[in-house]
Amino acid sequence: MKHIISILLENESGALSRVAGLFSARAYNIESLTVAPTDDPSLSRMTLVTTGTDDIVEQVCKQLNKLIDVVKLVNLTKDAHVERELILIKVKAENEQRDEVKRIVDIFNGHVIDMTDTTYTLEVTGDSEKIDAVLKALANITMLEVVRSGQLGMGRGDKGMV
Amino acid sequence: MELTGAEIIIECLKAEGVDYVFGYPGGAVLHIYDAFYKQDDVKHILVRHEQGATHAADGYARSTGKPGVVLVTSGPGATNAVTGIATAFMDSIPMIVITGQVPKHLIGNDAFQEVDSVGITRPIVKHNFLINDVNDIADTFKKAFYVATTGRPGPVVIDIPKDITAEKVAFEYPSEIEMRSYNPTVKGHNGQIKRAVEMIKSAERPMIYTGGGVILGNGSEQLRTFTRSLGYPITQTLMGLGAFPASDPLSLGMLGMHGTYEANMGMHHCDVLIAIGARFDDRVTGNLEKFCPDAKIIHIDVDPASISKNVKVDIPIVGEVAPILDSINRELAGSAEPTNKGAIEKWWAQINEWRAQDCLKYDRDSDIIKPQFVVEELYNATNGEAFITSDVGQHQMFAAQYYGFDRPRQWINSGGLGTMGFGLPAAMGVQLAHPGEMVACITGESSIQMCIQELSTCLQYSLPVKIINLNNGYMGMVRQWQEFFYEKRYAMSYFDSLPDFVAIAEAYGHIGIKVEKPADVRPALDEAFKQKDRLVFLDFITDREENVYPMIPAGAGLNEMILV
Repeated sequence: MKHIISILLENESGALSRVAGLFSARAYNIESLTVAPTDDPSLSRMTLVTTGTDDIVEQVCKQLNKLIDVVKLVNLTKDAHVERELILIKVKAENEQRDEVKRIVDIFNGHVIDMTDTTYTLEVTGDSEKIDAVLKALANITMLEVVRSGQLGMGRGDKGMV
Repeated sequence: MELTGAEIIIECLKAEGVDYVFGYPGGAVLHIYDAFYKQDDVKHILVRHEQGATHAADGYARSTGKPGVVLVTSGPGATNAVTGIATAFMDSIPMIVITGQVPKHLIGNDAFQEVDSVGITRPIVKHNFLINDVNDIADTFKKAFYVATTGRPGPVVIDIPKDITAEKVAFEYPSEIEMRSYNPTVKGHNGQIKRAVEMIKSAERPMIYTGGGVILGNGSEQLRTFTRSLGYPITQTLMGLGAFPASDPLSLGMLGMHGTYEANMGMHHCDVLIAIGARFDDRVTGNLEKFCPDAKIIHIDVDPASISKNVKVDIPIVGEVAPILDSINRELAGSAEPTNKGAIEKWWAQINEWRAQDCLKYDRDSDIIKPQFVVEELYNATNGEAFITSDVGQHQMFAAQYYGFDRPRQWINSGGLGTMGFGLPAAMGVQLAHPGEMVACITGESSIQMCIQELSTCLQYSLPVKIINLNNGYMGMVRQWQEFFYEKRYAMSYFDSLPDFVAIAEAYGHIGIKVEKPADVRPALDEAFKQKDRLVFLDFITDREENVYPMIPAGAGLNEMILV
């Protein structure tokens, strides 16, 4: 099963490689990983998507918690949470395809954020299912480049993680 | 007053009470060595190879409980230390390894003697640091010692670029350190402790299974009280030997692959397993699917990640062994008389039947020296009081099986990583920490050659270690597996040309004695220990194809042992 793990870690050089190294050293799966500083510049927030049985994911969380740079860790999947992913897609858009692409983007509440005479660059956000659906909807359009951010997540309710 | 980075390093070591540093100089650490030269408070032990420095610091740490400290240069100095760092990591030994680094402006430039030491050591340390600023040295050292010695201990590497060690800054050592991301649990959860006590009291076939965590956590006294007040059988892992005295009748000896029959059968048939500071290692559990099929399991460990990693447990208690056992002992003392007396008597009757198998018997009348006999005679010659280090292989198992360790920190071996070459340098660290005490390194002709250069260090610092070389000409454990599982195809496990160990010992300035007859074993040992100030290398020519028994073959359960 897929698990979304949210991690606050010290914003220090090498912290990211400690996390990544742990996954390769212990043969855990990493599906996606995003990391950036938080409002407190001494902390980074990482969202990591991994798959495995409950036992394995429990070990993953314990081993991550053991890393000295990890300040706090929450397995978001255990409770109600929101998740978002962002995708940028550069597609070929010529003649009647320009309208079609525009229609698809509108349906998914996305935006065209750059264009040339022959291409559009699209931006869509949503949960992973929606992002997958966008890609499916664009199957007949020539995609020149695709980049996904990986998932971000946050618990629902009035409590913050920090 | 302003000090250089190098001087600050010395001050940090002094503030942490470090008396010995094991190391080897080189370009990137010359400023630090210059600072060493100008003071006498912290003594530097010059080894002959950086691997030796790490093992010596490791032996020092294991025998004292204090962190071992290592100083090596950049590049090959750091990579040579890697095996010793990994050895300490696998056995959770507190250690500080200072590695020199090329000057900051050269980092990433493929400079002379540059390696990414932090990157190389990352998976084999508890934590590591690259210091970027001379102002950070004191704080980093404080953090490093704190991290290395608390919680589940482990090695910490501090990588220091050369230019920083020359810069000057005012020095102040922090008296305390707080790390928001690191707060190891000390005391156990009260509710869990109460549940555990109930389960312990109602057991009918209990087994206490303890590991190196009891020694690392200084919980030996508490363990003795706990075990004796209950009168339950206890078995200890390779790493745990000595925490509970081997000479106590409650002790069933070691468990696992080469454990005793009674310990492994007891494990297999118990109904309550009390695991303390042990991590259910594969050499202990055998086939996990067949492990302790009837047992409810209580697990006390300081490392939450050790809980239910290999074996699901019923009552986990996270925290340090000593305070948790204190709490349990108090609960036990204050609670009603247990009602399981009859069941426990029956259980002991069963265990004593297994014991009667005498699984450690061997041919004591042999005309050839049996390795087991040498270890037993070593025990007799030293009244069981010597510090024993070992290398890795058959001799290590014989040492564990036949030298009954009665006190913690007396038995020093590389259990987790299984590092050949560990024994001699580790013995140096032990001897330095315990001058005047008997220190013997039980080794084999293969292992000893992996760090034999340290004989030179032993001469320089007058370390009267006794080397017990069980010389059968083979890499014994490899040969044993080849005999059992590869139809005696002894691929590369035999040395066609062994050196004359007596001559080697003498060339290094020590005493060498070759022993070829069983009758000469004890006199040779007595003679060696009479030499209080000299290293004596005893080369025992032993039975070439003796095997370590009993044995659990790979994939088998603890109840499926091969006996002699």
